[in-house]
Order: sequence, then structure tokens, then C-alpha cells
Amino acid sequence: MVAIVEYGMGNVASVQKALRFLNVDSIVTANFEKINQSKYIILPGVGSFRQAMENLEQRNLISFLREKVTEGKPFLGICLGMQLLAEKGYEDGLTEGLGFIEGEVIRIPESNLPVPHIGWNNISIKIPQYFDKLTDSNFYFVHSYFFNAKNINDVAATVNYGSDLVAVVQKNNVFGTQFHPEKSQTAGLQVLKNFIDFYA
Amino acid sequence: MLTKRIIPCLDIKDGRTVKGTNFVNLRDAGDPVELGAEYARQGADELVFLDITATVEERKTLLDLVRRVAHTINIPFCVGGGIGSVADVSKLLNAGADKVSINSSAVRNPQLINELALEFGSQCIVVAIDTRYIEQANGYEHIVHTHGGRKPTELRTIAWAKEVEDRGAGEILLTSMDTDGTKAGFALELTAEISDNSNIPIIASGGAGSVEHFYDVFTAGKADAGLAASIFHFKEIGIPELKTYLKEKGIPMRI
Repeated sequence: MVAIVEYGMGNVASVQKALRFLNVDSIVTANFEKINQSKYIILPGVGSFRQAMENLEQRNLISFLREKVTEGKPFLGICLGMQLLAEKGYEDGLTEGLGFIEGEVIRIPESNLPVPHIGWNNISIKIPQYFDKLTDSNFYFVHSYFFNAKNINDVAATVNYGSDLVAVVQKNNVFGTQFHPEKSQTAGLQVLKNFIDFYA
Repeated sequence: MLTKRIIPCLDIKDGRTVKGTNFVNLRDAGDPVELGAEYARQGADELVFLDITATVEERKTLLDLVRRVAHTINIPFCVGGGIGSVADVSKLLNAGADKVSINSSAVRNPQLINELALEFGSQCIVVAIDTRYIEQANGYEHIVHTHGGRKPTELRTIAWAKEVEDRGAGEILLTSMDTDGTKAGFALELTAEISDNSNIPIIASGGAGSVEHFYDVFTAGKADAGLAASIFHFKEIGIPELKTYLKEKGIPMRI
């Protein structure tokens, strides 16, 4: 069972649908007991860093999620959910993040390219653990901020958009994708499957 | 490298996909759920759904359709037509849309763009601009139109594109009504001018009739995405063939 954290930040239905396609049971919830009973936690998210942390706080989820990660529960953050893994974010003012992976979330540097970074972009894989059996390395991105990770060892993949930006972070049981695996067709589903299978 | 996007668009009326020429003479083009699923299978990079009637009674039909389409695809899904409030957007996102496209309501109340961007994030807000090159007091100009292209406004297209970006739009869906449905090619000069003046992605729409037209819009037109409807619905161009052609011509494509 996968607990998809419901905290009022975006479309959780598409994540659930992707898991259903993989025949993985999931539940959309903010309930501590239900999350405790689940083997995995997925934190999706669309919107601003500050709003997301406020919504987690309102549901008393910040310290609870920190506890679960410390216990070793496999944890996947998607898009904004991945950015929240950082220590702090600068979107809409400075906000403390979940702090699972060292680094900060800052705006994509100015270049001649449009921001938001929207569309399908290929990634360069640094840690292949969850990137087995891929037939395509293009994933769907949509973001204006990115996770500037402090330690290169926590960076599982990068994406080139003006410069090399962190696309995937990974540390112990914590995994985070800036792209949307649930919107990235076969390649995205494979990454989700690999993450689930690794801890199965 | 970021790939250029190929986006099929479903114009929806009474729960069916329709297509006209210069926004009139609508023809039936099939079931939107089936078409959406088929395009996702063929490798479309995104799907756009425009409710071109958008009356109150049609809203429920639309929400139900959005739900059914979202259920069958795993690519980004943008829905537009008749959206005028935060509540409208919430309903569509809850039904499975990833982004919304607003047009007439943004012209009527530009502050709506700011409100929606603040509430849902810029990445969620596409501002659609329907434009026509018409005679004004000082000669021909590109002028923004609303109501499915029927009503001219006071707004100059290039200035409006800049304004919607400043207000927080995440993308611009630019439809030239001069070229829409003509299959004579996209409005390249205007698209390029808007792209040069913007820091957000531009989706070009209106006029696609051949694979070369897409090549032109990604090169001379400087577009980030190309949108088309009838050529895909009536199987004049297959998405896989189109993407292969563009890739061979050096345009970054996800195949």
C-alpha cells in the first residue's frame, strides 16, 4: 500500500491512477494511522513552496513525515513534493522545508530560455538505482524553481536547461523527482515501478 | 535538451469533438475520450481540450468528459473554455486537468490571471490569445479577439502577450484566426515576434496543414510547441510520422 499524502496541493488523482496502472494499491490520505500502515509514502505537489509547507503544518504532517523518513519508510517526492525535501525554499519568501536532503530551492537562473521550464526533457542519470529498464530518458517537467542540492552524492540525475539543474535527488530511503513520472508515459511509469519494486 | 511539443487540440461542443474553418462551419470529428487516448498512444506530448460552447449546462458534461479523458491518458492535459474564477479552475483540476487555458475572461478581467497564478502557480495557467490582423485607424494591426474569435477587442496582441506574462501566465497559446483552419501554415512572423518578446513558452496554433509547417513554426516561428486539430483528427498527418520527420530535420523531439 502506498500513502499519497493529501494536503491540498494539486492533482493527486493522476499519481493514484499511475499506481493503479502498475497494480499497486494506494490511498490518498493525511491520516497518521493510514500512513503508518502504508509501506510507501508519496508526496506530490503543485503550487508554491511556502503554501505547501503551511498546508503540511496545518495537518501536523511536518514532524510526522520526518519521523517516518527517520524510521526508514520509502519516501518519494514529486515536483513540488521533491523540492520540499530540501532544507529551505525561496519561493514566495524564505520557508523552511522538510530537510531530508541538504540544499535549497531557488529560481531557475536567468538565461535566454523561458521560465517556467515546461515540457519533455531528457535527463542525465548519475545514480541508476531507480532508472533501470528505461526505453526513453525524456520526462515531463514543469517548474520555475529547482532544488540546488548541496552534496553531489545526493543528485541522482540532472537536466540541462540553460545549465545543469538537479532533476532527481536520492538519499537512503528518500527519492525525489522534479519531473512528473505520472505524466511521463512509459518512462515515468517505469521509474515509479522501479521505486516500488526496490522495496517490495 | 528540452524537446519541442506536438499538441493535438480537441474542440468540444455538446460532448463531441468538432472542427471548423476560421472558427465557423463546425464538423464532427469524433469521441473526445477515444481521440485523447489515441493521441497519447501515438506520442502526443500534451493534450488540449477547448470547450467552445461553455454554457452553464455544458459545464457538467465537460467536467465529466475531463474526468474520463484524464483517466485514460498519462500525458499533461490542459482544459479551456468558459473559465472565469478560482472555483472553476479548482473543479477542472480536481477532475484531472493539469492546466487551464483562459481567454475571454482574462481580457474582461486581467486581474484574474494574477489571482489564478497566485492560487495555483504560473505553471498551471495558460492564457490563450486569439488574434486577427485587421484594419484599424492607423492601418492593419494584430488585434486580440474574444468569444471564440467573434469579438474584436481594443487590445493589441503583442502588448497583451507581454501583459499576461507580467501578470503571471505560465504559457501563451497563440491562435491566429487568419490562418486557423486554412492549412496554409502557422502565422510565423507574429509567433516569432511574440516569442522574442516573451520569457514564457509559446504554443503556436492555427494553420497547420503539413509537416513542413511544424518545422517552420519551430524554426522561423520560434515556437516552443505546435498545436493542431483537424489534421490529426482526420488523419491527414500522423503524430509518429510528424515527430520522426521533425527529428530527422534536427528539431529536438521526444519519439
